[in-house]
Amino acid sequence: MVQWTDFERATIQNIFGKMDYEDVGPAAFGRCLVVYPWTQRYFGNFGNLYNAAAIQANPMVAAHGKTVLRGLDKAVKNMDDIKATYAELSVLHSEKLHVDPDNFRLLADCLTIVVASRMGSDFTADVQAAFQKFLAVVVSSLGRQYH
Amino acid sequence: MIKAQKLPFAASSFKWINAQDAAMSLSAKDKANVTAIWSKILPKSDDIGDQALSRMLVVYPQTKTYFAHFADLKPGSAEVRKHGDTIMNKIDDCVNHMDDLVPYLSSLSELHATKLRVDPANFKILAHSLLVVVAAYLPNDFTPEIHLSVDKFLQLVALALSEKYR
Repeated sequence: MVQWTDFERATIQNIFGKMDYEDVGPAAFGRCLVVYPWTQRYFGNFGNLYNAAAIQANPMVAAHGKTVLRGLDKAVKNMDDIKATYAELSVLHSEKLHVDPDNFRLLADCLTIVVASRMGSDFTADVQAAFQKFLAVVVSSLGRQYH
Repeated sequence: MIKAQKLPFAASSFKWINAQDAAMSLSAKDKANVTAIWSKILPKSDDIGDQALSRMLVVYPQTKTYFAHFADLKPGSAEVRKHGDTIMNKIDDCVNHMDDLVPYLSSLSELHATKLRVDPANFKILAHSLLVVVAAYLPNDFTPEIHLSVDKFLQLVALALSEKYR
């Protein structure tokens, strides 16, 4: 089981408590599709992903960004058993969506960068360490049921 | 030059594929993006370099193994600051050598390969730390398109640095 320090718990609750999911979700997901264009392979039915401007204006991208963030919220509320919380989602991503789990890491990196840009100097090294540890657990849990 | 191939699936999303681009070289747009954001990075280069290195040592503690000879690895220590400056200054210089990174970094590559022997996986880690700091300092300028170009640029710097490894 993952051990969380008090600082890490407080940091995660604080970041997500202050976060505007409707802003950060679309920003992070859209950024991922731009910076790592091969991730677009899973979104053939999203319409126009032709360039950065189109991606950022795409309503399906925005909607999916919000979906992803709301999914992350489950882990925020269940930090002591993220693995179990995401077991079903992991099966879904593996068996139904066939997503290469490396993509979770790419999205996590984009999310870190968006959060850094929103928090500025408040995103200290210690805060970043806690945030990335949380995302690493999420990413690992999402990949757990792949076989 | 081999032209873009016709692909049977979602071809529009893959317009960037052709044999030349397969190595992810920098397009004219990438170079312009990197130059543009670097004009904003340069005035804060020392702080950004220091932050990136300090942060890396905290967030990825395994990177400290390369600095056992530093007396103080805490963020903001004099040694860390100095080394952050050294690294950042060189990356700043690379912006002026985007067309000849491999020859430009040849002797540094030799140093990293034979003397420092830094596992190249760590170049990615430092690159990520740098991107995070740039995002925090320049949130409005670090758009997804700029992020893409800078990420490619840093990857190519890392590749040039790894040239002499084996």
